[in-house]
Amino acid sequence: MTTRSTKSASDQNSAVALTADRAVPVFMAALLGIFIIGGVGFSHIEAVHNAAHDYRHSMAFPCH
Amino acid sequence: MDYFRSIVVVAAIAGIVAGIGMTIAQQLVTVPMILKAELFEAQSASDGSSPATAAGVAAHDHGAQSEAHGHAEQAGAHDHGDGWAPADGIERTAFTLLANVVTGVGFALLLVAASELFGGLAGWRQGVFWGLAGFVIFTLAPGLGLAPELPAMPAAELGARQIWWVGTVVSTALALWLLFYVKSLPATVLAFVLLIAPHVIGAPQPASHESPIPDNLHHSFIVAVVLTTLVFWGLLGGLAGYARERFIGHA
Repeated sequence: MTTRSTKSASDQNSAVALTADRAVPVFMAALLGIFIIGGVGFSHIEAVHNAAHDYRHSMAFPCH
Repeated sequence: MDYFRSIVVVAAIAGIVAGIGMTIAQQLVTVPMILKAELFEAQSASDGSSPATAAGVAAHDHGAQSEAHGHAEQAGAHDHGDGWAPADGIERTAFTLLANVVTGVGFALLLVAASELFGGLAGWRQGVFWGLAGFVIFTLAPGLGLAPELPAMPAAELGARQIWWVGTVVSTALALWLLFYVKSLPATVLAFVLLIAPHVIGAPQPASHESPIPDNLHHSFIVAVVLTTLVFWGLLGGLAGYARERFIGHA
């Protein structure tokens, strides 16, 4: 519990604005995520669509 | 560890575990309903006088029945074509698991990246709240206009629906950012405009909603989809918050 409170205290101090060297990896990670979701959930390629068919219905992605 | 790699590791842990959990939930709840709907679909495809074909709503053809192709030519074709599809049973379930895990990692990457912009997730509990935001953005908002649907249900043209879906997701995400981080009266007003706008514009709808799927099956499916995705997002966010503490900490 003590470590926890010190942690959140240091959190307040280290909650700094995003610096350039951190912004690039963050945006790369977000782009990778968008690419992955788009590839699986939005592909018009038939084989990809059929493979992820039940997934797309279950996640309510626009399907077919 | 390199910052980018840390983000990917955190997202991978959350996405893989939540994806496996989601697959189990789907096999128990949503997939049996999809399989049931496919029976209604096959029935209506073989019966020319069914409401679906009478309404010009085409068959949901998985390439199995050649006679269904005639119907699939009609407007609003719901055609899976003759392309490869996994065999029913283990193979089909395995691909659903793969899709869940891969997109789970994708959603986790977005969740972790977005939260890093605001200082990063401080523990599993904050992760759960970010997960709930993901649920509102990716399930609740687009689902209001485009309800979860079963096979054989008519829908508007796919491209138009995908554009509306992405637009609604972006607009809702911006609205939540304005509400929680900009914290001013004009930002709050704009946030509500952004939340409402996609639904005023309206999601693309089919000419007719008539389908061979019974209403009560569809209703149960909507509830099942919303609740399983709610659990998925809570789990994804919570796991991401937990893993973030261990792999990124206060770097």
